[in-house]
Amino acid sequence: MPEPQKTKISVRHLDFFYGSNHSLRDINLDVPERQVTAFIGPSGCGKSTLLRVFNRMYSLYPGQRATGEVLLDGDNVLALGMDVNLLRAKVGMVFQKPTPFPMSIYDNIAFGIKLYERLRKVEMDERVEQALRQAALWEEVKDKLKTSGLGLSGGQQQRLCIARAVAVKPEVILLDEPTSALDPIATLKIEELVSELRNHFTILIVTHNMQQAARVSDYTAFMYIGEMVEFGPTNQLFTNPSKKQTEDYITGRYG
Amino acid sequence: MDKEPHISQRFDEELNAVHALVLAMGGVVEEQISNAVKALQDADADLAREVVARDHEVNGYEVQIEEECINILAMRQPAAGDLRLVMTLIKSIADLERMGDKASKIADMVLAMGHGTRNANPAFLRDVGVMADYALNMLRRAMDALARADAEQAVAVAKGDEVLNQEYRSALRRLITYMMEDPRTITPAIDALFIAKAIERIGDHARNICEYVIYLAKGKNVRHLPLDEVVKSIQGK
Repeated sequence: MPEPQKTKISVRHLDFFYGSNHSLRDINLDVPERQVTAFIGPSGCGKSTLLRVFNRMYSLYPGQRATGEVLLDGDNVLALGMDVNLLRAKVGMVFQKPTPFPMSIYDNIAFGIKLYERLRKVEMDERVEQALRQAALWEEVKDKLKTSGLGLSGGQQQRLCIARAVAVKPEVILLDEPTSALDPIATLKIEELVSELRNHFTILIVTHNMQQAARVSDYTAFMYIGEMVEFGPTNQLFTNPSKKQTEDYITGRYG
Repeated sequence: MDKEPHISQRFDEELNAVHALVLAMGGVVEEQISNAVKALQDADADLAREVVARDHEVNGYEVQIEEECINILAMRQPAAGDLRLVMTLIKSIADLERMGDKASKIADMVLAMGHGTRNANPAFLRDVGVMADYALNMLRRAMDALARADAEQAVAVAKGDEVLNQEYRSALRRLITYMMEDPRTITPAIDALFIAKAIERIGDHARNICEYVIYLAKGKNVRHLPLDEVVKSIQGK
């Protein structure tokens, strides 16, 4: 049972709208620091939407708006004055499909770092290596750093994306169904990586795979049609959920 | 349990089938105990032999149910109430199997005593009969609580175990008195004592099953808690 944690992100009365579609309703949640928090729920429940609020990804799209508060270390992410680029450096994201840039493995990592820092070649080499090591990819790619990132396998590409996210030293990493396009072994490698990364980062993961949520997360949030139904320690939620809706979903009783 | 069906109908069928097997196993164990005690009271060696011979049937249930539970765990990865049900069944069959062993042991003793049971002091047999009726009733109601995941009934049955324990202690006191008064009663009294002890243990196993049922229904582990705390803890939910 995880100890009570310091809160990294506090969500208060969050509502979200796609145009007139009210897709998150009064979400309240405290995401603990340096823990893995999983979001589960049927398609359309708003879990990915919620994830995209944490780094303001949604504000790339017109007609989408959020009200309420999302406090990252006490600062409201939704505030008008928030520097979205800085926010996204602090809150990294990895998507469902691996999205390496069409450039070398090395440049895939260096690209993001160059946006925020000026480093000498030696320092940059170190940072790239460190990021690839953190993403458990270094051993597999250290001899072909100059080859294209697109030449890697799906699982390796996904770890490259995780390396790219950790390279800019974020505090929070958002994973949006990071393994749904991967085979079971590549999936297990990513899960193993997640449990390694939780020592350094606060990790939020959206997954359709409930067993995955049970395996990798410390806390789990169950969402249903835009509402947070239940949030609690993962072991508790999977053995003795307090809400019937949660029970029905995780035991496969939803129609 | 009044639960909605799973999306996978086969999963429902598998769970229901293994649940039903456990209840059937409970039925056989109940019969074994009841026959063992009857064999004792009637000095019926044939019936005692039948009980001993049938013990393998109880063991067979245990093996089969355990295997099916393992299959469900491996193939369905049950969660929440389903997981608690599978765990409850796995644990319950171990207690049922032990109860079956007690029945077989009583039957063994009947055979070892031979016609000696006829000479036994009717007071011994009466004590054992009363205790056996009580233990059987506990087992029946425990299985009924398991069938319906009924925590309230489970608590009521578990409470009854204290009565059985007291019954055992007073039987023990009476037997000691007989033995002190007349050393010739020592052999039959010790036989009766072992049998009473076996029956008292059957009550303990029934109580264990009730505790699993409380876990099944409420998600709270109440093993090794005093009963009044159990009552308090399940009222919370």
